[in-house]
Amino acid sequence: MSDYYREEDLERFGEIGKYKPELFKKFMDWYNSSLQPGVLSKREKVLIGLAVAHAIQCPYCIDAYTKSCLEEGMSLEHITEAVHVASAIKGGATLIHAIQAHNVVDKMSI
Amino acid sequence: MGEKEREMTSFKQKLIENGISPLRAKGIDILQVNLGYRCNMSCKHCHIQAGPSREEMMERETVEIVLRVLTDNDIKTLDITGGAPELNPHFRYLVKAARDAERHVIVRSNLTIFFEEGMDDLPEFYTSQKVEVIASLPYYIEDNVDRVRGGGTFQKSIEALKRLNELGYGRDNGLPLNLVFNPQGAFLPPAQDCLEKDYKRELAQLYGVEFNKLYVFTNMPIGRFRDFLLRSRNFEKYIERLISAFNPATVDGIMCRYLISVGWDGRLYDCDFNQVIGLGIVEGYPQHIKDFDLSSLSEREIAVDVHCFGCTAGQGST
Repeated sequence: MSDYYREEDLERFGEIGKYKPELFKKFMDWYNSSLQPGVLSKREKVLIGLAVAHAIQCPYCIDAYTKSCLEEGMSLEHITEAVHVASAIKGGATLIHAIQAHNVVDKMSI
Repeated sequence: MGEKEREMTSFKQKLIENGISPLRAKGIDILQVNLGYRCNMSCKHCHIQAGPSREEMMERETVEIVLRVLTDNDIKTLDITGGAPELNPHFRYLVKAARDAERHVIVRSNLTIFFEEGMDDLPEFYTSQKVEVIASLPYYIEDNVDRVRGGGTFQKSIEALKRLNELGYGRDNGLPLNLVFNPQGAFLPPAQDCLEKDYKRELAQLYGVEFNKLYVFTNMPIGRFRDFLLRSRNFEKYIERLISAFNPATVDGIMCRYLISVGWDGRLYDCDFNQVIGLGIVEGYPQHIKDFDLSSLSEREIAVDVHCFGCTAGQGST
């Protein structure tokens, strides 16, 4: 499985549009539009992309958005801070579910 | 590389596709002079492959011809580069003579040269001659700079910048101090204005350092940086990235159209990068500073190769 995610496969992304091309086009238009500078700068958007890439642990997204961060003038310090934010929120999301466990225990306990 | 691939990576072909071939100069506003390849540093991204053991150095006779060309032709700006140009024994003579002739003088300094023996009065010399200093500082974070330029470089650079600030440099009073960013790897640089804000904020807050402008340069796939690209297997991807980022709007402003580069031995080139790879002026035009002819060189056809994609990628690099 070590070659399950191959670097060169990212460049084949367009092949997905071979089937249901109208859906793929809609996705690509939406994707590209969402990354255009708006109220948020391109730099802020790629940093969000990087954090999400780590949260969902997508190797292709991690590669792509790390490069984008470098091309936006960010360093390993910026990248690491962003991943800490993503990790902290993921960790917090896990931890907050302890309340659900507490609720179950409360409900079942005498 | 096959014939088809060569064609695809041909800068000339790209210019033809965009209706801008042959590329021609639009005048000579700047005489860029490389005083030699010797340097006190051996930076990993250096396209010149400069270092302490390099022996190429411009001689006095050539310096005199440079000065004559500068004044005879009313070229307004002298841009002095190296290596560390300050290591050439005729450096101060050239600066002073050009300033006496009322030319604008730019010196591309690595900053750490101030700490070499006999060089500690360079900031005062620059101030007295009112030269524009363009200094390499590839990032505002210490680790990033030292990884590319060697341990201790960042702190020395900050110390040098503070000395220049104390003398009035970087504070809008006729002593311009501009910094240069280079990516620390196989990727393109960010937008200049955005990064300049970060540099100004971080350098001011952390070190109390001020400067005027930040220039953002793309690393050229030549010299030591090319070796890195090949060694790290990034070469093909980097070239592809440069080509995919080709922006025809940058072609009008690229430096080769407004300057001419003089090598340490007096040979003429369209730019410093062509000099490094030995790509001389197109045949039929003067090839050496001693044969300088402003009218023909001002409209010369410019020699191009694949590295030219570095100057036309994205927002352009010049």
